[in-house]
Amino acid sequence: MNARPAHARRPSAALVLAALLGLTLSACSTTVYEVVIQAPVSAKLDISKYQRIYVAGFVASPNDDLDASMETVRLLRNQLRNKNVLRVLDADAVPLAEKAQELAGPDAGPIPVAQTEADLDPYAKVFSDTEYWKSVGAELESPLILTGTVVFLPQERSGFVQREQESYDQFGRRQVVPVRTYMERKGFVLRPTFVFIDGATGEQVYSESFREEVLYNSNQQTPALSSYFELMDRLIPSVLNTLTAQKVRGNRVLLK
Amino acid sequence: MHMRMAASLLVMLLWALPVSAQRGDAEQQVQFGIEVAQKGLWKEAVYRWERATQLDPTYAQAFNNLAIGYEQLGQMDKAKAAYDRALQLAPDNTFIRQNIELFKELNERTARSRPTP
Repeated sequence: MNARPAHARRPSAALVLAALLGLTLSACSTTVYEVVIQAPVSAKLDISKYQRIYVAGFVASPNDDLDASMETVRLLRNQLRNKNVLRVLDADAVPLAEKAQELAGPDAGPIPVAQTEADLDPYAKVFSDTEYWKSVGAELESPLILTGTVVFLPQERSGFVQREQESYDQFGRRQVVPVRTYMERKGFVLRPTFVFIDGATGEQVYSESFREEVLYNSNQQTPALSSYFELMDRLIPSVLNTLTAQKVRGNRVLLK
Repeated sequence: MHMRMAASLLVMLLWALPVSAQRGDAEQQVQFGIEVAQKGLWKEAVYRWERATQLDPTYAQAFNNLAIGYEQLGQMDKAKAAYDRALQLAPDNTFIRQNIELFKELNERTARSRPTP
């Protein structure tokens, strides 16, 4: 007599089931929020003991269209001035080629002009000549010295590249499909090495090498100077990060 | 039969409720953290996500967000620990895996930032 009819009990079970399902679903569902973070990256070098920096010039590969050493000196001095980290000295660049020849000795013959990275080997001695850099530093009241090598060369490469092709279907809807095509391309490769030297001791305190390249369609005429700045733009933040803290942007996904 | 089923479901529900309440509080902290992070108030966001992980130490999403907050503040060791915990709790979550990949890339860059002898 007290027993309740079956149809009256069913809703309570269904309710409990629904509640449990709701709990489970709420626990499993994830909401996504994309954010941009700016993570601080500390400077690579402790520059607290320097007040000045001297961009001393670079051993560069020859190029008919630009003087890579001069352009690099000018670009770095401007960038360092903008950053206002150290006082940038305006002294003339040092004759690195002459110094390399001097270090090679009179019997070594003329050092080849640096066309490739291998040609730069004889110049490496210059950067580890502590007495030489100490004397350079003494003339300028012991600044931090920035020097190195810059290889900037044209390159040609052909092969298959993937590009997006636009088309319209019978209903006039735009479609973009990836297609692989054989292309002949040309461009430039930039391989600089930046060497930081303590002007007081003449010793290397840090060095870092980079490699950047750019390739264009072969019928595109891009001046060497434009390509040089395009490639330098990519690595300048990392070079400046040697002396100052930088913020690195990145995308992340917050979850709920 | 139905009565017994309903009773056992009720027991399960009662067992789940406190867990759910903790998760609910933690979710509120996470949501608030997201809102302030989107406004650039990352320290406050980190505080909220820390609270969320204390309230519910099994909440993978909270650990993920906390790791991102630590990254923004430059506390890379803490970020790594929080990402590790998030991945441990939700190994199949693609968003967490994606964040970790990006973090590794950044962290390697930061490690390279130390001077060579």
